[in-house]
Amino acid sequence: MNYIPNTDADRAEMLKVVGAGSVAELFRDVPERYRFPTLALPPALSEMEVIEELNALANENDDLHHLACFLGAGAYNHFVPSVVDFLLHRSEFFTAYTPYQPEISQGTLQAHYEYQSMICALTGMEVSNVSHYDGATAAAEAVIMALQMGRGKRNKVILSPTLHPQYRAVVHTYTQGMALEIVGEDVAWVGPSAGSGSALEALAALLDKQTACVIVQNPDFLGRLYTPAEMQALADQVHAAGAQFVVSADPISLGLFVPPGQYGADVVTGEGQPMGNAISFGGPYLGFFAMKKDDVRRSAGRIVGQTVDADGQRGFVLTLSTREQHIRREKASSNICSNQALNALAAAIYMAAMGKYGLRTVAELSYHKAHYAAGLIGQIPGYEVVSRWPFFKEFVVRCPRPVATINEILLDRYGMVGGYDLGGDYPGLKDHMLLCVTEMNSKAQIDLLVEALQEVTTMNPDRLEDEAEAPHE
Amino acid sequence: MSEALIYDICQAGRRAVSLPDCDVPQTPLPAGCERGELPLPEVAEIDLVRHYVRLSQLNHGIDTGFYPLGSCTMKYNPKVNEAAARINGFATAHPLQGEASVQGAMGLMLELQELLAEIGGFAGVTLQPAAGAHGELTGVLIMRKYLYDRGECERDLILVPDSAHGTNPATTSMSGLKVAVVPSDGRGNVDLAALRGLIAQHGPKLIGLMLTNPNTLGLFDENVLDIIKLVHEAGGLVYGDGANFNAILGVVRPGDLGFDVLHYNLHKTFSTPHGGGGPGSGAVGVAAALVDYLPGPIVRQGETDGLLHWHMPPKSIGRVKAFHGNFGVLVRAYTYIRMHGAAGLRAVSENAVLNANYLQARLRGVYPIPHGDRTCMHEFVAQGMVKDAPGTRTMDIAKRLIDYGFHPPTVYFPLIVPEALMIEPTETESKETLDAFADALIAIAGEARADPDLLHTAPHRAPVKRLDEVKAAKDLVLCYAPGCGG
Repeated sequence: MNYIPNTDADRAEMLKVVGAGSVAELFRDVPERYRFPTLALPPALSEMEVIEELNALANENDDLHHLACFLGAGAYNHFVPSVVDFLLHRSEFFTAYTPYQPEISQGTLQAHYEYQSMICALTGMEVSNVSHYDGATAAAEAVIMALQMGRGKRNKVILSPTLHPQYRAVVHTYTQGMALEIVGEDVAWVGPSAGSGSALEALAALLDKQTACVIVQNPDFLGRLYTPAEMQALADQVHAAGAQFVVSADPISLGLFVPPGQYGADVVTGEGQPMGNAISFGGPYLGFFAMKKDDVRRSAGRIVGQTVDADGQRGFVLTLSTREQHIRREKASSNICSNQALNALAAAIYMAAMGKYGLRTVAELSYHKAHYAAGLIGQIPGYEVVSRWPFFKEFVVRCPRPVATINEILLDRYGMVGGYDLGGDYPGLKDHMLLCVTEMNSKAQIDLLVEALQEVTTMNPDRLEDEAEAPHE
Repeated sequence: MSEALIYDICQAGRRAVSLPDCDVPQTPLPAGCERGELPLPEVAEIDLVRHYVRLSQLNHGIDTGFYPLGSCTMKYNPKVNEAAARINGFATAHPLQGEASVQGAMGLMLELQELLAEIGGFAGVTLQPAAGAHGELTGVLIMRKYLYDRGECERDLILVPDSAHGTNPATTSMSGLKVAVVPSDGRGNVDLAALRGLIAQHGPKLIGLMLTNPNTLGLFDENVLDIIKLVHEAGGLVYGDGANFNAILGVVRPGDLGFDVLHYNLHKTFSTPHGGGGPGSGAVGVAAALVDYLPGPIVRQGETDGLLHWHMPPKSIGRVKAFHGNFGVLVRAYTYIRMHGAAGLRAVSENAVLNANYLQARLRGVYPIPHGDRTCMHEFVAQGMVKDAPGTRTMDIAKRLIDYGFHPPTVYFPLIVPEALMIEPTETESKETLDAFADALIAIAGEARADPDLLHTAPHRAPVKRLDEVKAAKDLVLCYAPGCGG
């Protein structure tokens, strides 16, 4: 199956106009010995056949459509109202490209202007761009912007150890070869008993005149919520050192808690997926990026501005393009071109649908259900909830068995996706599980999780039955 | 015709969503953390639907009309792709689930890695980069790390032709490397003499060359093998910008020509929708020597258990994105490739190139086409200059095309062609559409002579008149919410 409308007769007529004897003749500039290779590809399929193959592949996955989910760690199972995907199906939106011709792109441009406005409302910031690839690359772009603002004189970056481990990895990848000093990832962050204030103080102690920026995630990767007062205290120290304060935030949490714009953040980034985007095995998502108006000219990414047309009527255009690669080339603030525009549209529709009260309700439901779950799990013999700090929807549980073993049993026997195994990223947290609870988890699901966790302490996983289980320390 | 802002259609107390009551005991919020009012809209579902449907109607998309935006490959987006990406087993799989529970999603990724490697002639592929520019960054970081691992740490320069996309030089400087620009010759190829000179001057400093082939003039470089040889002889690597890959599917494999790295734009060549600016996918293929440097994890089949596993290549540049790439985009591209097979993909490029040559032939003599004597590939570059209508510019012609129902071509790019109109019809357009477009451009040339003001004030039939971009950049209004200057 292909999507080519022209027939052999059309092609023959067209070749005549072109003055070529055959289509193959059009490729005479391609070196002959490499021209028209035989590609070893599987045979072409009809639509029916390809859907059948895709369904077969999809059926090999245990997906959240069939399972209760207690896994988050950067990708979240929040409710997506039907209206969001229905509107995303408008092909005038999804078959358009970057709105280079604003007169016939007002739909995209206005929707993105509204997205920017709602992101500003959510984060408490003054300007938002139209998105980065995800929460990780948004954090990396915030670092690069801070380095540019430091005019090459500041080459130190402080990363909180509880910034998402994959975000930290992407910051390292983006900045390799820039001779930066990246510190903070090994500060004493967790001692489960350590207060949240002391974790931020440890970061503040690293500040100096070489520091370009500090990035803190709030709620952090372990779910811990730093209070506005704690964050403001750090912000003041960061600013006293002349550095930028970057906060990576869960947008759902901002429905309920004080936004970073109100406690001194210079840049607020984060993963926008929880707002109306399918979990989709990790992408496409969107990185939101909000900042102060004074800093916008040093920022990366597309930005929509309001203007007027020749009749004085309001309209919207891409603006501040002189920062961007297609104008500035090697002097651009970033190389970003395509972004996650359709995901930003989904987030905009989600924010507008949820509105002033709905987003707060989603956050409240997540908060209360997570605390209900933590309260019960803390009472199961052998388990300990180590999150003694304020948290939002994720919390850390020390388990009596390896997390992988528990998760395998939860999946096979209870139809549940268990929490994230923290031991891989934090050696001090071996056998610690990061559990996530959202409005999608009913009380019945949570109660079943509690029952299951109790039972798994003595059960063997189906798949491991014949294997010796790794000895548990 | 305009649509009110979502904030202007709010009424206190309206709701568009219903959520369940809280079925668990409530926990007090931590002290001092609760936010004040959240200034988001309040609308009913019908308000919301009408607002976004009306906004959509202000857009031109491929589904509403011809979209010959050069270098963007605005081909038809098959609807089966959308159905595929929304299959529950894909759309609701969590990226951090245990490997055993997502073998289907990983299997699709492994197959797509292999299909892309075969199509491009490469030894390994990563699907992690989210867009073309992201793939470029990935590729350049791989090239540098490979050379530095060989102890060639003095290398810090990348050659970029003057016809290149802006992302190429921007990627280079974002990677902390220097750029030297290679001029084009009179036939639109890389100027070989100049390239030799630059290599003689910078040889030991050279990381490599970024080459778009076919280039942004729509021409297949006649000396591509010599170019690659020169760079390789200087110890550099050759990066291929795959933005124009739609011209050469099944026609030639960049890996066979000697390219060391290439990014594929799945949202161009492999039909995934552009989404108003994204999401895309910039998968990267590399030659055998570079496979160990790919970002990871990538999917690999276990040697003993037959299961698929995440694998971090041993010398990897690291992660370039959280999780596994734009998976939903990968599902769409996979669907497209499986429906085409080898012959189908070759037909795509053959028809894309024929369509472009047909349009070029029809416009010859109407508008200047700097390299119109050559056979173009999937696109060509004309100039928005009309004889006896000296006041008419490319922008006027572009805006007037809107009145004829067409999306304008890419304008003022490549930078080396004054008044450039870069036209890429793609293979999914019929001869009738191409004829209608050519007729419109011919009619506009006549209008430019008879009534130039008609062009200067165009568009006349769009939702808005020509917009004041200078004012937008001067009087920044970027946010509606109170306190944001809106």
